[in-house]
Amino acid sequence: MHYNDRFHTKIRFDFIKHQKKFFGASIALVIIGILSLLFFQMNFGVDFKAGTNMDIELGKTITQDEAKAEMAALGYNDVETTVGGSNNSRLSVRFDDVLEQAKVTEVLTGLKAKYGDQVSAETNVVSPDMARELGKKTIYAIIISSIAIMLYVMIRFEWRFALAANISILYDAFVVIALFSIFQLEVNLPFIAAVLTTIGYSINDKIVIFDRIRENLRFSKQKNKEQLAELVNASLWQTMARNVYTVLTVLIVAACLYLFGSESIKLFALAKLIGLASGAYSSVCIASPLWLMLHGDGKKQRKTVKTPAAS
Amino acid sequence: MKGSSRLVAFLGIIVIMAGVFAWTTPGLVKDIKLGLDLKGGFEVLYEASPLEGGEAVTSESLRRTANSLEDRINSTGIQEPEITTEGSNRIRVKLAGVTNEDEVRNMLKKPVNLTFRNPQGEIVLTGTDFVQNGAEVVRDELGSPMITIKLKDAKKFEDVTSKLIGQKMSIYLDEEMLSDPMVNYAIPGGSAQISGNYTMEEAKKLRDTINLGALPLKLTEKYTQSVGAKLGEQSLHQTVEAGIIGSAIVLVFLIILFRIPGVVAGITVISYVWLLLLVFKLMNATLTLPGIAAFVLGVGMAVDANIIMYERIKEEIRSGKSLLSSLKAGSKNSLRTIMDANITNIIASVVLYVIGNGAIRGFALTMIFSILVSIVTNIFFSRFLIHLLIRSNVFKKPSYYGVKEEEIRAL
Repeated sequence: MHYNDRFHTKIRFDFIKHQKKFFGASIALVIIGILSLLFFQMNFGVDFKAGTNMDIELGKTITQDEAKAEMAALGYNDVETTVGGSNNSRLSVRFDDVLEQAKVTEVLTGLKAKYGDQVSAETNVVSPDMARELGKKTIYAIIISSIAIMLYVMIRFEWRFALAANISILYDAFVVIALFSIFQLEVNLPFIAAVLTTIGYSINDKIVIFDRIRENLRFSKQKNKEQLAELVNASLWQTMARNVYTVLTVLIVAACLYLFGSESIKLFALAKLIGLASGAYSSVCIASPLWLMLHGDGKKQRKTVKTPAAS
Repeated sequence: MKGSSRLVAFLGIIVIMAGVFAWTTPGLVKDIKLGLDLKGGFEVLYEASPLEGGEAVTSESLRRTANSLEDRINSTGIQEPEITTEGSNRIRVKLAGVTNEDEVRNMLKKPVNLTFRNPQGEIVLTGTDFVQNGAEVVRDELGSPMITIKLKDAKKFEDVTSKLIGQKMSIYLDEEMLSDPMVNYAIPGGSAQISGNYTMEEAKKLRDTINLGALPLKLTEKYTQSVGAKLGEQSLHQTVEAGIIGSAIVLVFLIILFRIPGVVAGITVISYVWLLLLVFKLMNATLTLPGIAAFVLGVGMAVDANIIMYERIKEEIRSGKSLLSSLKAGSKNSLRTIMDANITNIIASVVLYVIGNGAIRGFALTMIFSILVSIVTNIFFSRFLIHLLIRSNVFKKPSYYGVKEEEIRAL
């Protein structure tokens, strides 16, 4: 740690010096993610795979074995059951078939007979063509929103900033997808909302940092490689507090949603948590060193620094 | 304005706001329309296809199908059904607070297609040949109830019956045969009877079913979501509780970090919540479970505007500027960054709204509302309050703003 007099800020850690480690770790994660996607795919839920999903609050504790036996007694031997909730009273059942309404009622009546009238369920039935359509729409959505955000950043900054920022936000979105694949967490429609809003939100820190780099570039004349590295480090540390705090406030509420919120949005909250954490990391450890790499020795870049900068 | 009067103005605003919020919030909360995932109910996405021998799927026939679904739902007394057509051949029905789901769903899907068929099973007259709401219960000579239906074109009926003299003409409701009278002569006058040993009760029910109208198109369920009322209520309570805990931690966090401005941030967060509730009520928007999640995340994102500005102000104070010029420089320099953040979030939310369906639209819509509301409360209102406070000259020490004396450089 040292105090930098030129930029009046403490540089507690030299991110640029260690950039190879960050790039290495991130590339490794991306490769693991790709392998996981190739070999294990995503654990698609009913929204993307078609079939029937029942989320049942029993009001009484149930074990995995009991759940299996219960479903077998109702005539479903080959269904996926998951027990969860605060006191293991929540049963999630995945049927590969599109169940008729009458069958769903039959299952519920069967469970009510055993566990009492407080049994309450959420049932989702998705036909195969709807699932396919949603898959297609999701891919379009990610592409369209990334392009729209890229265009916006390109208008706001010169191309090196835009490229570095966009690689980082796509990385953030991919980290969420990769971790859900590695841990085989179920992917439903809310997951897509989490990924898309991660793209929209994770760009913010990058903009804050790049605005600061640009502002510092305006005031410092000499720009060889070492001085630029120092400038980037200083800009990172000047904006560190606000970047940490802004992410922390959203992390706090997302963590509360994950810990105390309803079962149905826990996975959504988890995806948000991963996206937020990755966004904070990639702003500092990926986007900024990447910009420096794209910038080169900076001899020809003088004219790009002209717009007044903000915080 | 003198310093002290600014402080009075600040305190006055806080007191009035606290009063208004305390007074109106319970009413606002009560009036907010909850989605079916929070109060129980179901949503069905139907795909329409032509009925056998019926008309093609056009925007006109799709709209009429949606209208007759609405009539059917209204006849059951369910409150505020939401029925929308989507794309070229889809109808989405959302019903919240329904207890007899099975019954309602069966009733909705039933085509109620009245057809007259010849002995070969070919359809000779279809639902569209009959006058709407034209069915009546009458008594025959022997006093037993029967149903009469009127035909739009008397001539057509005469033609059809003249071809069937000496044969049976079967009357079907959907695939159920109601009666198959023998045609003894061509029937003029454009009125047909359905008789079949009905009780008065049965006859009336049949008349109502026929009068509710045929669905012009056949409907297949493509996607359904149904949520039990108790489960919905549990989701609502848990998630609102999570939101309150999260917001409380964020408020404490802000006050510890930023002291006086942190208190202002707290006030603006509370006004953000209140204003967002008001927007929901005024827009008559439906709050869904993902909507609450967006609402709660919105609290975390709204304070970003405060944090970015306050950190910038702190930095200006450290550089040795006076409090007032730090405030001016800080608000000016941070505005663009804050707007950038809001714009990129709006872009992602709009895309989500366009592709999403059902509950996810609720999420995206809440996100968009929440960003717009936070621009008002956490940028403009927050700036107004902090200006009042700093200009009141009461809180002059840098420590009130979370800056240590020794961090300040001489200019």
